[in-house]
Amino acid sequence: MIASLALSRESNVLELNEERAARPGLAVSVRGLQRRYGSRVVIDALDLDINKGEFVALLGESGCGKTTLLRALAGLDQPDAGQIRAPERPSVVFQEHRLLPWATLWENVALGHEATIGRAGAAHALNEVGLSGRENDWPRNLSGGQAQRVALARALVRDPALLLLDEPFAALDALTRIKMHGLVKELVARHQPGVLIVTHDVDEALTLADRILVMRAGRIAASFQPKHHTPQALRSVLLDELGVRAH
Amino acid sequence: MSDLTSSRHGHVSPLRTRAGVSKATLYKWLSWAVPALVVVLWEAAARLGLITSQVLPAPSSVLGTAIDLARNGELFIHLGVSLLRAAAGFVIGGTIGLALGILVGFSPFAQALFDRSIQMVRAVPFLAMLPLVIVWFGVGEVAKIFLVALAVLFPIYINTMLGIRQIDPKLMELAKVIGLDWTAIVRRIILPGAMPSILTGVRYALAHAWLALVIAETLATTRGIGFLAMDAREFLQTNVILLTMIIYAIIGVIADALVRSLEARFLSWHANYAQGVRQ
Repeated sequence: MIASLALSRESNVLELNEERAARPGLAVSVRGLQRRYGSRVVIDALDLDINKGEFVALLGESGCGKTTLLRALAGLDQPDAGQIRAPERPSVVFQEHRLLPWATLWENVALGHEATIGRAGAAHALNEVGLSGRENDWPRNLSGGQAQRVALARALVRDPALLLLDEPFAALDALTRIKMHGLVKELVARHQPGVLIVTHDVDEALTLADRILVMRAGRIAASFQPKHHTPQALRSVLLDELGVRAH
Repeated sequence: MSDLTSSRHGHVSPLRTRAGVSKATLYKWLSWAVPALVVVLWEAAARLGLITSQVLPAPSSVLGTAIDLARNGELFIHLGVSLLRAAAGFVIGGTIGLALGILVGFSPFAQALFDRSIQMVRAVPFLAMLPLVIVWFGVGEVAKIFLVALAVLFPIYINTMLGIRQIDPKLMELAKVIGLDWTAIVRRIILPGAMPSILTGVRYALAHAWLALVIAETLATTRGIGFLAMDAREFLQTNVILLTMIIYAIIGVIADALVRSLEARFLSWHANYAQGVRQ
């Protein structure tokens, strides 16, 4: 079982290489990316393509460089070498909601684009995440899940070509997380950005992603497409890749 | 698990006395009754001749003096002059303090340049500068306004700087991701984030300004609440002296109410100053 999956993993990588030239609708393209902290290489000659409308999950142990990669794509970290072709302003949802406590919800959603998005646009985005009628409320009146939904509305109202999610549901309780998964899937299907989600959670990756990447020692060590596997089998392979024995 | 810490079970029902008046209301009345009783006893003691009016005139006599001075307009002239001095000193000192606080709060270079020197000057009790101020500016208006400005500058400077330092770097990162320009960062993140601290500075500054004004107005003056008190001392008019003390107190209370209204306006987002949903 493991062996056959490993084989199909290889073929997925090949498949990806072929697609690269074929499709023009790339949300982000990374070539030969390298990032060092002192002598420690965090990202090493990394290549990555994400298509528009594609949902990619990035799994990996702590310290494998996955958050550094996301920050590089967000423009928050300067790589030492390599090339990133990304939209000028990708949207990011962080682990914390990062709402301005002194701004109302609609001001938070429209932050920086008050004139173009406007109150109506913000209200529409809030409605999309199930918070209609809360435009004038303060962030302090929100639960953790609600605050993260506002952060999602703030990310999507800008109609980004690339959406970066940095463990956005890690701090939420299990039930809220399940609801958020449904919401994110629906919103991504509607807005069609390329998505990269960094997560520790194998089940989250299986639920959300069209493609699951495993990062190890600064490189993409494995790539899987969930549609080609049964969830249970892929789950145990992924756990294996992550160094967890769970059979 | 979260239920254990939820406040739902921790509600305290308001305690009620047998008459149906809540204890909180009772205590509120009591808190006003005590000073009222003191005034009544004081009035009675004065009328019975237990206290000579030279030492402590009766409240009614102080009130009478206030009415007389208000009628001939003198009270308002002195009050107006004092308020003008306080306002001028506050605006000058506050502006300099705010500007320096923002600069030093933002830039390590500005901190290296200014902060140590400012802290050194701050270490001098500002009243100890009084002789120097008189040598520099004489005893005119400039000296008085300078003293008030000096008293206001430091609390505003320090609290503005601290407020800016305390802003969550994660919000600054968000600003970068969203692509806010410099002015938007100041307007949307820096100033509102530092506002609780700045208003704390304003509160301290008002208290200091008032103290500075009382001292400044004991310098040779012909107008102002302080002059009224000095003049009354010459003629042993204890009732006027008491009146000026009460006026200082009332203005202090009004200044405090002013800061409270500023807090209600600018900090309604903050749980500690919450007024509910903004409309």
